[in-house]
Amino acid sequence: MALLQISEPGMSTAPHQHRLAVGIDLGTTNSLVATVRNGVSLCLQDEDGKALLPSIVHYLPDGQIVVGRKAQATQAVDPRNTIISVKRFMGRGLKDVSHVETMPYDFVDTEGMVRLRTVQGVKSPVEVSAEILKELRLRAERSLGDELTGAVITVPAYFDDAQRQATKDAARLAGLNVLRLLNEPTAAAIAYGLENASEGVYAVYDLGGGTFDISILRLSRGVFEVVATSGDAALGGDDFDHRVFCWILDNAGISLPSDRDSRRMLMKAREVKERLSLDESAPVRMTLDSGDEIDLVIERQVLVDITRPLVEKTLRPLKKALRDAGLEASDVKGVVMVGGATRMPHVQQAIGEFFGQTPLTNLDPDTVVAIGAAMQANVLAGNRAAEEEWLLLDVIPLSLGIETMGGLVEKIIPRNSTIPTARAQDFTTFKDGQTAMSFHVVQGERELVADCRSLARFELRGIPPMVAGAARIRVTFQVDADGLLSVSAREVSTGVEARVEVKPSYGLADDEIADMLKAGFEHAQQDMERRALKEQQVEAERVIEATEQALAIDASLLDEAERTALDAAIAALRSAAQGQDSRAIKIQLEAFNRASNEFASRRMDKSIRQALAGHKIDEIRI
Amino acid sequence: MLDLKQDFFALFGLEPVFAINMERLEQAYLDIQGRVHPDRFAHLPDLEKRLSMQWATHANEAFRTLKSPLARGHYLLEMRGVDPAFDTNTAMSAEFLMEQMEWREALGEAQDAADEDALEDLARRIRHSSKTLVDELGRQLDVAGDLEGAADTVRRMKFLEKLQHEINDALTALES
Repeated sequence: MALLQISEPGMSTAPHQHRLAVGIDLGTTNSLVATVRNGVSLCLQDEDGKALLPSIVHYLPDGQIVVGRKAQATQAVDPRNTIISVKRFMGRGLKDVSHVETMPYDFVDTEGMVRLRTVQGVKSPVEVSAEILKELRLRAERSLGDELTGAVITVPAYFDDAQRQATKDAARLAGLNVLRLLNEPTAAAIAYGLENASEGVYAVYDLGGGTFDISILRLSRGVFEVVATSGDAALGGDDFDHRVFCWILDNAGISLPSDRDSRRMLMKAREVKERLSLDESAPVRMTLDSGDEIDLVIERQVLVDITRPLVEKTLRPLKKALRDAGLEASDVKGVVMVGGATRMPHVQQAIGEFFGQTPLTNLDPDTVVAIGAAMQANVLAGNRAAEEEWLLLDVIPLSLGIETMGGLVEKIIPRNSTIPTARAQDFTTFKDGQTAMSFHVVQGERELVADCRSLARFELRGIPPMVAGAARIRVTFQVDADGLLSVSAREVSTGVEARVEVKPSYGLADDEIADMLKAGFEHAQQDMERRALKEQQVEAERVIEATEQALAIDASLLDEAERTALDAAIAALRSAAQGQDSRAIKIQLEAFNRASNEFASRRMDKSIRQALAGHKIDEIRI
Repeated sequence: MLDLKQDFFALFGLEPVFAINMERLEQAYLDIQGRVHPDRFAHLPDLEKRLSMQWATHANEAFRTLKSPLARGHYLLEMRGVDPAFDTNTAMSAEFLMEQMEWREALGEAQDAADEDALEDLARRIRHSSKTLVDELGRQLDVAGDLEGAADTVRRMKFLEKLQHEINDALTALES
């Protein structure tokens, strides 16, 4: 006898299948991938049952690339070609990276993002990160048994635009469809808040391997609202390791270790630091390649003393975030600790003292970000019914502005603005007949351009010639839900849309990404075309499915003629999607978008009206 | 039909007055954002994603404007055809200008002396003054219909907001 399927109340009854979506925590030290299965979020493991993938990539001379635990095991043998903590280089120039002198890499000091020369050629941090993401994608596809619909990738909340863009580029290179870039502390707040049904103001203190974030959130039923965020994109457990490393050098009387010894001592420093979270003292014993013997003992109190400045360094962003939120430490109901470095007792103690309460450590600080990201991915993929979804309101961490006369910054979007957001600012010409203008986009809080991060420069051409001061160039900054900025510009008085060419300061240009994508395929041209066809077919399917679902609910918004036109467009798109010509599908997709634009707008209006109508009923009841 | 050009009050179903119910504003904002936020559209076609981003951006801008008394007052004045003209109109009462100068001096001294308590104290005094101005602005806009007076109050509030930012920056600078 066949059983009748009865869906639970509130469960989605939409006829689509469960879409495979994952959350990926791309960490400085370790990375993880998680997914929601049967309503539970869990980390996916490798063949050996390990969830943590060490974020280490080894380039071998024979063209092989080894990622993770195996690369970790051999890192001291070939440190130059074994890249660790690559996250610290994302969207950064060489001069931005600290401790360069103790790193064994062959840096290529080009303009823009730093590159590493390996046995397999020059690699951008984006390509190295893509190898880690690819490994996790393959793990997920093996484990889930099919291709992924999409992924949520987490980034430190304090990452600037260049670092976010670099992360998204890496995901594209790894063949992932990015549903969203999600801030790490926000991901942790989702996992924590849903698990504990928390309400009120919470702080998430996230000290990872190489980055520090503090986010203040207001949690209420169904809403996660980030009120303020701050941090330090170059402060983390690595810096604690480095202090221990320096202590070992000092106390062993070694001045210039070889690259291999250096890497081994760094590994030892990390091991000792972790040991001191459990024990009062730890031995430091090793024999160096040079033949030197090290035999020391380090006390926990020594670790506390040599790293005190680092812990104190985290308190400054904390105070800033509270001030931006207009809150006092005593307003915070709970402090969620995230990141492996928060296992150190003296970190927990310092934060406990600051807030006057014991921090919350009941969730695994290594996995909570991936778990939360997977929950969000499940929502974004459309696997939950609308009434079961939660609303996430996040912010940008750093102000965005434009350079004006005298090297000063004109802020256009202030930090802690809720995203997505857009702001416009008008500029004018300086000389008679001026037809071009150049702009410099920066991010940061300081007044001088020199003290902010350069994001991009762009030039505007085709301004109609006018007398000086007559043209009105409106520059619009749009920040999307990933926290990524796009800039557009137009001359207002004549309506001329000026051409904008953007040159990222620390990012990769689009054609560079395209080249890297091509290089990743063996039969470049053929594979690229196959991939383009697949992408167009998937988009066509998505469009048809979404429209048919919309029509099932809202057909009454269209009159007969409009309905006939839309049905014809669906039919044309469906027949194109069955063919093998990606350009034909693209043309039909564009035609379809034109045909359905009005319908989509009316549906949005109806939805907003319903939101307000529901609101008014509530008020009458009160 | 709704469109992105309608006024912010109408978007949230509120009367265009200064004294709005903040709870109602917040609830209407969350209700709308719950419908239009890009997270609701991440699995849908690009056309829907684009519409969603436009609406969510609009709702955020509207909420930001109405939530802040200064931005709300400024916006109401513009709706009623008055431009507070921060850059060109700097005519203020002598009394207000005197107070401004005193505060600026106090800020400079506290900064030079790296005196956190003095900065916090100054911030408290400015918050108190701002509150008085907010009450005044409400009377001018909603009761008296004194638009010129309201424009003057908005300009004063703008001064205080700038000072408040400078104090916050000074406090942050002290900590680093």
